Amino acid sequence: MGEFDQLYREVILDHYKSPRNHGLLADADATAEGQNPLCGDEVTVSVRLGAGDVIEEVGFEGRGCAISQAATSMLTDLVKGRTVQDVATMPKDELLDELGIPLTPVRLKCAILGLGVLKLALHKAKGTPLPEEWGTSTGELVLE
Amino acid sequence: MVVTTTPALDARRLRADFPIFEQTFHGKPLAFLDSAASSQKPRQMLEAMNTFYETSYANVHRGVYELAERATEALELAREKVRALLNAPEAREIIFVRNATEGINLVAYAWGLMNLGPGDLVVVSELEHHSNFVPWQYVAQRTGAGFRMISLDDQGELRLDELDAIAREGQVKVVATGVVSNSLGTVNPVDRLAAWAGEHGAIMVADAAQAAPHRKVDVQALGCDFVAISAHKMCGPSGVGALWGRAELLEAMEPFLTGGHMIQAVGADQSTWGELPHKFEAGTAPMAEAVGFGAAIDYLNEVGFDAIEQYEHELAAYALERLAELPWVTSYGPPASRRAGIVSFNVEGVHPHDVAQVLDFEGVAIRAGHHCCQPLMRRLGVVATNRASFYLYTVPEEIDRLVAGLHKVKKAFG
Repeated sequence: MGEFDQLYREVILDHYKSPRNHGLLADADATAEGQNPLCGDEVTVSVRLGAGDVIEEVGFEGRGCAISQAATSMLTDLVKGRTVQDVATMPKDELLDELGIPLTPVRLKCAILGLGVLKLALHKAKGTPLPEEWGTSTGELVLE
Repeated sequence: MVVTTTPALDARRLRADFPIFEQTFHGKPLAFLDSAASSQKPRQMLEAMNTFYETSYANVHRGVYELAERATEALELAREKVRALLNAPEAREIIFVRNATEGINLVAYAWGLMNLGPGDLVVVSELEHHSNFVPWQYVAQRTGAGFRMISLDDQGELRLDELDAIAREGQVKVVATGVVSNSLGTVNPVDRLAAWAGEHGAIMVADAAQAAPHRKVDVQALGCDFVAISAHKMCGPSGVGALWGRAELLEAMEPFLTGGHMIQAVGADQSTWGELPHKFEAGTAPMAEAVGFGAAIDYLNEVGFDAIEQYEHELAAYALERLAELPWVTSYGPPASRRAGIVSFNVEGVHPHDVAQVLDFEGVAIRAGHHCCQPLMRRLGVVATNRASFYLYTVPEEIDRLVAGLHKVKKAFG
């Protein structure tokens, strides 16, 4: 398998070209945004919570590289139906395993941007701890 | 050091001087199209630094033994080479700094903090590299001075028609622009801006980091007051650059960094400052780096700045022509005749990071991002661009490899 196919797996390109859960929720409980200033990736994530603090719906918008957008799309599929507490403490490796691609330090920031933004939205909704991805590892998450 | 070239630049021959091209990346020869970020290094420069360390190394100045004198001579010879490069009136006006950014910070702090205040204006351009933007924005905020940008027209050239309106807003004290844009390759009319600055009694500060590698920068012809350059962009080592300033301005300024070497006498309560250039060179100088800088200048002089400039124009014209064949590629900036060897572009629907990543797999190194020009990116309405930049070792086949790589990008993401 060539280097291109290793990084841009078919599933990554599919999520990039046809993102899941795309669009912000009109009735969101919280919305957060973040940027990766190094390369200009932008992601906004909104969440709606149901009974028992379960993530009922999640929607995102963004623009950026294929890795950042595909990773966020895959993340939204991963977290739906899970509790806020569970997702707020979700290790980044769970998402990276799902991505299943070799990432350089620069591209790692792209891959975990959406996770940081989602955790920020959960923090705003429920006061869960700020993400470990906060700060330099993902660039800047904008706390409004 | 001997560099042999035919009168017109022979890039294929020059490439042999650069050891970096002896290796492959992703199984392919390196097409290094990122020289605007930093240039590669010729063997002649590396050998000059090595020889200095092996034969002439000791801390400069004040040493009475022969070896220290030898090191001092080498440092001062490098200073003289920088002086000649910039056609500066005097060698004492050349301050060795870490890079152009530090040189501009020196002016912003040591001149700006003393001379700026409410009602004054600092004028920069929308095209500016952060190096000549952020220090002025910061010092303007610190002093209460106003901060204005000269905006760009749609070709990425400065709108000089705005100057009169800007001047009506306050007392223009600083005009700071790049000579060549690192992002679009635009060659700015610095001589005209310097004349305008002079009419208003303002100082003109030129960031020549992107110009000095590619064309003759003559500080007297430009009519500037301060000019900053970085060695690493012009075949020299990282860690050294130079600031030129008019002696009378430098003499009137307070120091920027203080400590060893820059003093005349140190008392219990007060110290006095050394003469130029020492007043601005606190601490141990980047000695070997300065020697390497001098050797890089020798190398470029042997090749010839006219030949380099002309060759880069040809490469830029060829790249723009090849990119124009791709209807899904948008290029930014002025026509080739008014730009240096830099081409910024975007591929429709594909983020620059993905473009650069796919090109890397083809052994083609370009830069993707905001190029330290976020105000410019906002003006272009993009978050980032791809940038291919050329130098004296670039060959046209590398531009062909870029274009072939872009076809692969389009196929994968289009």
